[in-house]
Amino acid sequence: MSFTNLTATEIAQKVKTKEFKAEAIATAYLDRIKALDPKIKAFNEVFIDRALKQAADVDAKIAKGEAVGPLAGVPIAIKDNMLIRGERCTCSSRILEGFVATYDSTVVRKLRAAGAVFLGRTNLDEFAMGSSTENSAFHTTRNPWDTERIPGGSSGGSAAAVASRMAPLALGSDTGGSIRQPASLCGVLGFKPTYGRVSRFGLIAFASSLDQIGPFATTAQDAALLLQVIAGHDDRDSTSVNQSVPDYVTALGKGLKGLRIGLPKEYFIGGMDPEVDKAVREAVKTLESFGATSREISLPHTDHGLAVYYVLAPSEASSNLSRFDGVRYGRRAKDVKNLLELYEKSRGEGFGPEVKRRIMIGTYALSSGYYDAYYAKAQKVRTLVKQDFDNAFKDVDIIATPTSPSTAFKIGEKASDPMQMYLSDIFTISCNLAGLPGLSLPCGFSKTKLPIGLQLLGRPFEEGTLLSAVHHYEQAKSWNKETPNIAV
Amino acid sequence: MSISKKDVEHVARLARLALTEEEKDRYTTQLGQILGYVDKLSQLNTDNVPPTSHVLPMSNVWREDKTEPSTGETLGSPEEILANAPEREGPLFKVKKVIE
Repeated sequence: MSFTNLTATEIAQKVKTKEFKAEAIATAYLDRIKALDPKIKAFNEVFIDRALKQAADVDAKIAKGEAVGPLAGVPIAIKDNMLIRGERCTCSSRILEGFVATYDSTVVRKLRAAGAVFLGRTNLDEFAMGSSTENSAFHTTRNPWDTERIPGGSSGGSAAAVASRMAPLALGSDTGGSIRQPASLCGVLGFKPTYGRVSRFGLIAFASSLDQIGPFATTAQDAALLLQVIAGHDDRDSTSVNQSVPDYVTALGKGLKGLRIGLPKEYFIGGMDPEVDKAVREAVKTLESFGATSREISLPHTDHGLAVYYVLAPSEASSNLSRFDGVRYGRRAKDVKNLLELYEKSRGEGFGPEVKRRIMIGTYALSSGYYDAYYAKAQKVRTLVKQDFDNAFKDVDIIATPTSPSTAFKIGEKASDPMQMYLSDIFTISCNLAGLPGLSLPCGFSKTKLPIGLQLLGRPFEEGTLLSAVHHYEQAKSWNKETPNIAV
Repeated sequence: MSISKKDVEHVARLARLALTEEEKDRYTTQLGQILGYVDKLSQLNTDNVPPTSHVLPMSNVWREDKTEPSTGETLGSPEEILANAPEREGPLFKVKKVIE
């Protein structure tokens, strides 16, 4: 038996009962990262000393009979846009070169208290803007199922780390699909909770009305375990909701009898990869075998969701990213004449092409004379998108769709055409616009052995319903247990 | 939607971004394409539709305005924060003269 085949739930149990030492678990994962990551490049940095120290601390506590948290000894990889005090945080951008976090993000603080062991910082598209990690200023992460292909993005590093079992758990962030799309393309479970369910304090902001942190895992039980730890109100994030957190692990057992699944006709469109279409429809049939029913529904403004997103997200980004000015942290341009030039050159040199493109779109959309036509209009259409879901959830309990219209594409295939790249998020974006919980779970493979993902969307704060659907699906199908050849 | 190079230069100045000539040309084309796509929003009648600025039924969230010590647990000690400065002078961030 290998430690790196264990689930997070098993690791937590066996460390607590002293069957294994947390240090042995950490060592096994660090060894695996050392062997595999040169091929995958999921990590921007591996915390060898920190991980071993955190694991040794867990073992010492257990030896003394002290109480430990629910993730005691469980290794986790963290997307490199969440602050870990004393560690660098880069957002895979040159503009944050040399920046060291001075405090912990709330999710990191909660993970520490729960006894988790931090393996390292994972790669992303710069400032979480992208669908492939090709926008990282450092390197492109490889899809573990085919290293010529992208892992999806922006949380591609976290998805690839879990898919190749270099980590049993990882954290990602999702603004328009950045957890679900890479989860789909890498064949793991990725979960974006309801907007407001998890604090974003210490997550470097991209688009604040859309950003949400969530888990990557290989089983529904592991995702429930991690969500339980990170969910809840936080005084430091005023958008986090002051509502009690249910017991997600218990919710897994809730049966699917009578569960009504909606299949939006706008998501099953011509041009979609037929293998994806087939796998998704078969997955719905599997859920029906547990007593669920399905029907066709309509979300008429689906087509406009992408346009809304590409106004709102860049607008919010252009405002959020104004803090990177070369004054207090990060990269500062040399040889400048005055303060204005210091800002312009530091930002011009520090940001990559996609980030600049989005800042430009957002600044344009918010600029005098264009605000009503773009930003205000998009906010209104956002209401229409949300109303579509409100209406649909009167008749169904969850919505099932493909996560991505195709399997993982080749590195470089869409890199030169921003619109083509944006279209790869078409199925994941509306969920963020409406603030809903959504996840992607593996539901099959293409003939060429590339993972296919099923997306499930739920009513706000009904994360438990989604997790129980995944948990039942895993009893019938074992796609989630398949591992890429590189990881065998 | 047609965007001119002059528009791009104006927006770049507003965004405090120094762009090369090559970038200006590229963004002139690409911004036009993206804004052209986004123009499909104008097909929809939204006369009686309220804007969504927040997806949850939340309004202002208040807390007591009280000071807390700045430590690593909250926001980092002053020394940790200053250690990130590209240029500093004692306990201050150093920049070029603001008023000529």
